Amino acid sequence: MSSNAVERRGKSSAAAVREPPGEPLPSAVGAWQRRHVLDLDDFSSEEISLVLETADAMKEVLAREVPRVPTLRGTTIITLFYESSTRTRSSFELAGKVLGADVINVSAAASSVQKGESIIDTTRTLQSVGADILVMRHKASGAPYLAARHADISVINAGDGWHAHPTQALLDLYTMRSRLGDVRGRKVVIVGDITHSRVARSNLWGLTAMGAQVVLCAPPTLFPVGLDPADRDGCDELALPPVRFDTNLDRAIEGADVVMALRMQLERQQSGLVPSLREYSRLYQVNSQRMARAAPGVFVMHPGPMNEGIEISMEVAHGARSLVEEQVANGVAVRMALLYLLARRR
Amino acid sequence: MMTTDQPPILIRGGRVLDPGRGIDFLGDVLIEGGRIAAIDERVESPEAEVFDASGLLVCPGLVDIHCHLREPGFEYKETIETGTRAAARGGFATVCCMPNTDPPADSRATVEYVQRTAAAMGAVRVLPIGCVSRGRQGHELAEMGELAEAGVIGFSDDGSPVADAALMRRALEYVSAFGLPIINHCEETSLSTEGVMHEGWVAVRLGLHGQPPAAEEAMVARDISLAELTRSHVHIAHVSTRGSVELIRHAKERGAPVTAEVTPHHLTLTHEAVAFTAEGANTLAYDTNAKVNPPLRARDDLDACLEGLRDGTIDAIATDHAPHEAVSKMCEFDQAAFGISGFETALAACLSLVHEGKLDLPTLIYRMTAAPVAALGLERFVPGLGSLAVGAPGDVTVIDQEALWVVEPEAFASKGKNTPLAGRTLRGRAVVTMVEGRVSFCAEAAIAS
Repeated sequence: MSSNAVERRGKSSAAAVREPPGEPLPSAVGAWQRRHVLDLDDFSSEEISLVLETADAMKEVLAREVPRVPTLRGTTIITLFYESSTRTRSSFELAGKVLGADVINVSAAASSVQKGESIIDTTRTLQSVGADILVMRHKASGAPYLAARHADISVINAGDGWHAHPTQALLDLYTMRSRLGDVRGRKVVIVGDITHSRVARSNLWGLTAMGAQVVLCAPPTLFPVGLDPADRDGCDELALPPVRFDTNLDRAIEGADVVMALRMQLERQQSGLVPSLREYSRLYQVNSQRMARAAPGVFVMHPGPMNEGIEISMEVAHGARSLVEEQVANGVAVRMALLYLLARRR
Repeated sequence: MMTTDQPPILIRGGRVLDPGRGIDFLGDVLIEGGRIAAIDERVESPEAEVFDASGLLVCPGLVDIHCHLREPGFEYKETIETGTRAAARGGFATVCCMPNTDPPADSRATVEYVQRTAAAMGAVRVLPIGCVSRGRQGHELAEMGELAEAGVIGFSDDGSPVADAALMRRALEYVSAFGLPIINHCEETSLSTEGVMHEGWVAVRLGLHGQPPAAEEAMVARDISLAELTRSHVHIAHVSTRGSVELIRHAKERGAPVTAEVTPHHLTLTHEAVAFTAEGANTLAYDTNAKVNPPLRARDDLDACLEGLRDGTIDAIATDHAPHEAVSKMCEFDQAAFGISGFETALAACLSLVHEGKLDLPTLIYRMTAAPVAALGLERFVPGLGSLAVGAPGDVTVIDQEALWVVEPEAFASKGKNTPLAGRTLRGRAVVTMVEGRVSFCAEAAIAS
């Protein structure tokens, strides 16, 4: 097994990553130095633009009659999900397959401790088996960092606890850019459970890097203590970027170019963070009346899965201004771009 | 463990510092028959073995009133033997060990096991602490009278708070019969819930569940009220927040029977240590070795703890040495055990405060010797403890304040390699630790001199 693994790995590095034939890739792909994609907290606007431009090329591949290219032939991608997921996992799987990679899906128990095998062991095992890129989702914040620190393969964070979901933020940026052009100066309102949202955190980094104006809106019980710039011990350079916070959605939404609703987990009500879903939807639901206060041409987004009728009304979720399905479709192109950039660097 | 037929030892020419008795001069200390025999600017003893302490600091053996030796039950984390060796290397001559073992020290048998093992294997003096509640379950009182007879120096369910206020009240009333303190880990768990670090901007960035300072302060306030109600002694373990310091300060001004301690890590490390390593601000560390309960707090809390230490609101420095086996820390942050292996870095970490001009040396040494002894009333168990008075136990720690050394957990005597200071260069360390006239630890450099 181990000699096989060595052989395989040798072969995989020998199989040079090819450019997707016929597609104009951004000339800056050579500037990509990153081995892992763990969060967007250290991405420059140039790096984000590079990913989005690479995703443009991938989108053209996806538009073909037979969307298959041999670019990542010989590359093995393993998705390791400790939490259930439909869209993220299938999106990565498809992204890998379109590029010709071998994709193996590993379902792990809810917790490495319960399973009796540590993340470090699992990661090293998958590396020995021959994985080149590990796509990992885990309910514990920081888990992909642990994997990245203890193995030599590339790690993509597909969502860790409340901490980060960088590929979601990139596909959100891609979707906004495709509709709005530059997001610089645009007002993006993220509404919902900010405390427990990895999507909000990664979007905060990404949107800020790209110059958008972010407003967070939540009941105070779902807005994390310590996000307020007053609570930072003067460590502004290390804290999450400064943002506006508003507890009133009617006010926050005024003039918004994009409204992003977050999923309201039902257990938040059970743990007493909001009095009832009824009250939550009365105060924080993104609906037509509220959308009318936003800028003309406003778009609505949602990372999914949606609780229609709670955080977002059905007519808005499926209305003309909704980009929800486009987000999902763009997710494949953005993940192809990341897989390509990571594999190319290897 | 201690024998008294050691040859006399003369520690010559050091800066003799016993702040509990206002002593600070260049001179000699003679230890004979396991006790301090003479202390003066010049002491002659022809038959004594002479240790040249010029350029070094000669103090009473350090006293740690809060540590976890893990035995019985968790010998894979630490044993009394390894833990006390680690203590000796850290300059501690006396340690008080918490009862959260397995079985917990809620019976005479377990307390006596600890005492016997310490006598046979221990490198330093071990004074056990007994449980407040049976099985540390927080429901009914342990047989504290029997534990007192067995020789415990106080009671604590440390590792957990005494959550039930009525039980805490009854415990305080009951132990007043023996004149012993209740040492409480103050944490209102309905507020701290699943918190794994300090609630603040670092936790937000890391996406980790935080413990608000109020979780500690709510119980500190409760315990102060109960101490005043019962006129019985509460000792607040590991104070970590500004609010706690202020509550204790006001309580002491009223004359409430309250004492308190702070750990070296709560004086020197902030919650930033969880996320950011020295190497790169943007590679989040999720350092499980900085996961400790109470959590490392914000800069303002550190400042308040330091101020409390200076003005006496906080009586003592205590390590809360909490060793763990590797697996407990080599995992997701949420899953990792709380605790820092502290014996072997405590003194150097605290000396950094002296080097930075934040704390004067006599105050530091006082808070690690006479002050902890006074806080818990240990004098009644070991007369003269924490001092260099003639007739006191021959416990002496010789310190090289300037020695630069790199923290290498693999080289620890402790089984617990869990320190957030790994790889850091620290300045100052114990070079000799003597317990009742016997050398428990002597650094190689000290032998060479």
